[in-house]
Amino acid sequence: MKYADEFRDPVAAKALLDEISKVVADIGATAEKPVHIMEICGGHTHAIFRYGLDKLTPAGIEFIHGPGCPVCVLPMSRVDECVELAERPEVIFTTFGDAMRVPGTKKSLMQAKADGADIRMVYSPLDALEIARRNPEREVVFFGLGFETTTPSTALSIQQAAREGLTNFTVFCNHITVPPPILALLQDPHMVLDGFVGPGHVSMVIGTHPYDFIAQDYGKPIVVAGFEPLDLLQSVLMVLEQIRDGRAEVENQYARVVPESGNPVSMAAIADVYEARPTFEWRGLGEIDESGLRIRPKYAAFDAEEKFGIGYGAESRLVAEPEGCACGSVMTGRMKPVQCPQFGKGCTPEMPLGALMVSSEGACAAYYQYGGARAIEPAE
Amino acid sequence: MCLGIPGQIVAITDETRMMAMAEVSGVRREVNVACIALGDLDALVGKWALIHVGFAMSEIDEEEAAKTLEALRGLGEAQETLEAMAEGDKALEGTQ
Repeated sequence: MKYADEFRDPVAAKALLDEISKVVADIGATAEKPVHIMEICGGHTHAIFRYGLDKLTPAGIEFIHGPGCPVCVLPMSRVDECVELAERPEVIFTTFGDAMRVPGTKKSLMQAKADGADIRMVYSPLDALEIARRNPEREVVFFGLGFETTTPSTALSIQQAAREGLTNFTVFCNHITVPPPILALLQDPHMVLDGFVGPGHVSMVIGTHPYDFIAQDYGKPIVVAGFEPLDLLQSVLMVLEQIRDGRAEVENQYARVVPESGNPVSMAAIADVYEARPTFEWRGLGEIDESGLRIRPKYAAFDAEEKFGIGYGAESRLVAEPEGCACGSVMTGRMKPVQCPQFGKGCTPEMPLGALMVSSEGACAAYYQYGGARAIEPAE
Repeated sequence: MCLGIPGQIVAITDETRMMAMAEVSGVRREVNVACIALGDLDALVGKWALIHVGFAMSEIDEEEAAKTLEALRGLGEAQETLEAMAEGDKALEGTQ
């Protein structure tokens, strides 16, 4: 229990861990026959490794790391398109810093910047709006990346740009949504998930109802969780109790931040600006129905895909993963990060080959950063 | 970028654009408050909120703010967000 001292409240952590062990024993789960719990959100993946929750909890629990890291599921072809946009002389390409190191087929945005493209890392799309106001002679493109946590920010920024009549601001929309990949995973006959820990901050925006199908149609428990280690332990316990009791419900452990019906202003802005694409490409998971968003025609003037003719669907750009990269298998839970032949060799956080090694929320980077010797040595 | 950071609203800066000054871990940053505004914007001054990429998304109490900030510090996310804010300031000037 070497990590336990770092808990804000070690006594509470110990009590939760004891209770988890008891319920795991009640269920009869063992290392050979574990319950599989997927934490959907990359922030949760990071926290699980940071606090060693995968080692503190009994061997009868196996965490499967979900697709909830937007940088990690970004296909290389989207990065290529970003580079293509950024290298146009009239363009100032603005992006969250997280996207800078994701490898494209030729280069990352970081390399494109070093080669002279005007690429600026911003904290917020509001920064991109301000850059557009200050540079009326340039085309300012913002890379709209992320799940429902960042989608309201670009939707509200586009609405603001429309109100101001800005003509040099567009969003390169590659926003994705959480529920469709979960549906795809549940429909995969090879997937053996017993329950889910649901994302906290995404749910703050969309509420808990979008997960109803997980419980109602697929009979799996899901508990929306906060980000403190104690939140995560409590949520895992709630999932286990549902499994033990034969229940499948959507529960909200993070009710102090997540309202059941979400944030109405955010959801109205998203609905006003965006519509679902019929299908969208996810790195490692392939095409998933209605899993990506595009800008509605009434905001076409703020749509970089429309203005520059570049983007998903403009032309077929399916590209193979780099040689030896197993991101796809890791993403779907078929392979552990350490089982990838490139892990820690051809692929490290300093020189990532695959997207799961880029972000601290990616399963491979988390294994590498916190796993130490345990991660490098093959599993027993 | 995915996890919000707690900040305290200290002043309303632009009512039309629904902008406010927030203090985030000792750093001041202008944020949009449309998602937590229920009528009178001035009522938000002094309140705490979870701020996502420049947008206040959920009002929280001071204790929750402190716990969340501690959790984010533990993950290194608080520092990353503050660095991103500083980068954003440089981006405006074109000095990155």
